[in-house]
Amino acid sequence: MHGTDQELAETIRRISGVNTRKCMKCGKCSGACPAFDEMDIHPHKFVSMVEKGDIEALMASKSLWNCLSCFACVERCPRSVEPARLIEAVRVAVIRQQGASHMKPDAVPGLLNDKLPQQAITSALRKYQK
Amino acid sequence: MIYSYYPGCTLKTKAKELDRYARSSAQALGIELAELPEWQCCGAVYPMARDEIATRLSSVRALASARDLGQDLVTLCSACHHVIKRVNHDMASDEDIRAKVNNYLDLPEPYAGETRVIHYLELLRDVVGFDELKKKVVNPLKGRKIAAYYGCLLLRPSKELGFDNPENPSIMEDFIRALGAEPAIYAYRNECCGGYVTLENNGLAQKKCNAIMASAKDAGAEAVITACPLCMYNLDANATEEKLPVHYFTELLAEALGVK
Repeated sequence: MHGTDQELAETIRRISGVNTRKCMKCGKCSGACPAFDEMDIHPHKFVSMVEKGDIEALMASKSLWNCLSCFACVERCPRSVEPARLIEAVRVAVIRQQGASHMKPDAVPGLLNDKLPQQAITSALRKYQK
Repeated sequence: MIYSYYPGCTLKTKAKELDRYARSSAQALGIELAELPEWQCCGAVYPMARDEIATRLSSVRALASARDLGQDLVTLCSACHHVIKRVNHDMASDEDIRAKVNNYLDLPEPYAGETRVIHYLELLRDVVGFDELKKKVVNPLKGRKIAAYYGCLLLRPSKELGFDNPENPSIMEDFIRALGAEPAIYAYRNECCGGYVTLENNGLAQKKCNAIMASAKDAGAEAVITACPLCMYNLDANATEEKLPVHYFTELLAEALGVK
């Protein structure tokens, strides 16, 4: 993605539909996050970093690939900020770049096993590739 | 009453039991589930990005088909339910998404979220009623202590799903009681199993599933029930320490109704 910091932030706001200014910084989103230990940047930081326009650091974060889309942060936010939508917006901003898919269809045969449901592959490809 | 029924891809392949027992039980309860004549994969995850239109279309096709048939749409897989219910909410509440989807699909009659989406468990609670269900049980599951695993997708976000109290749900415990068994109440019943991240970071899914299983076992459960094929997989394959048998809730239902 190209542009000034604020242009990048505007793109993330547009994709997510999130108003980062509603956040009152209570930290419940990160407190509720079941993937907290696997994240370098936590959900509440996504909100403040989008607000500041610090998008490139978010685009390089391993949190994008560990968010479980469990909606605990969305459910427990007292201000309806929906941090998961910001993480999703940054994730799609990354994988929409040419050649930047995080998972490639070629990798799928190697991931299959007898019990793995189709739902797992479909979900992962929807989350990790364009 | 006839309901349009959306089984979803996984119920045609790895989760055939979830579907089969739901159909036989519905028949025993006098409910007609009519599979939509043409349905497509829901995509398994709800597209949170508001500028994604193509990933919403298959849900809208299913929703519009049910609307055209004049029927409510019954779902069974937690993921399908989550996706279709939320896309329906988008179609009813987001003018931009509604306009773009309708421009794209060019349906004979534009769709605006008219269809009612009901999960099979909601059908049991709100249409059949758990008291009535109890009367139809021929093989009560007496003496069995069952842990209900809700996971994420049926409950959250509760403003859109409207399924049950997201922090302290009771529908599956009431279901277990109606079948004559005893529910094991445990802390981790609405915690995430790891979902699709099992493919990206298997260690994370293992950690989550071990915590869920330990919690269920501590509460005295002898088995766990779920409505989601991916939860089923994770709880089965990624619980590496404590193990409990995991069943689809419909399997217990069919057993209790004597149609397994």
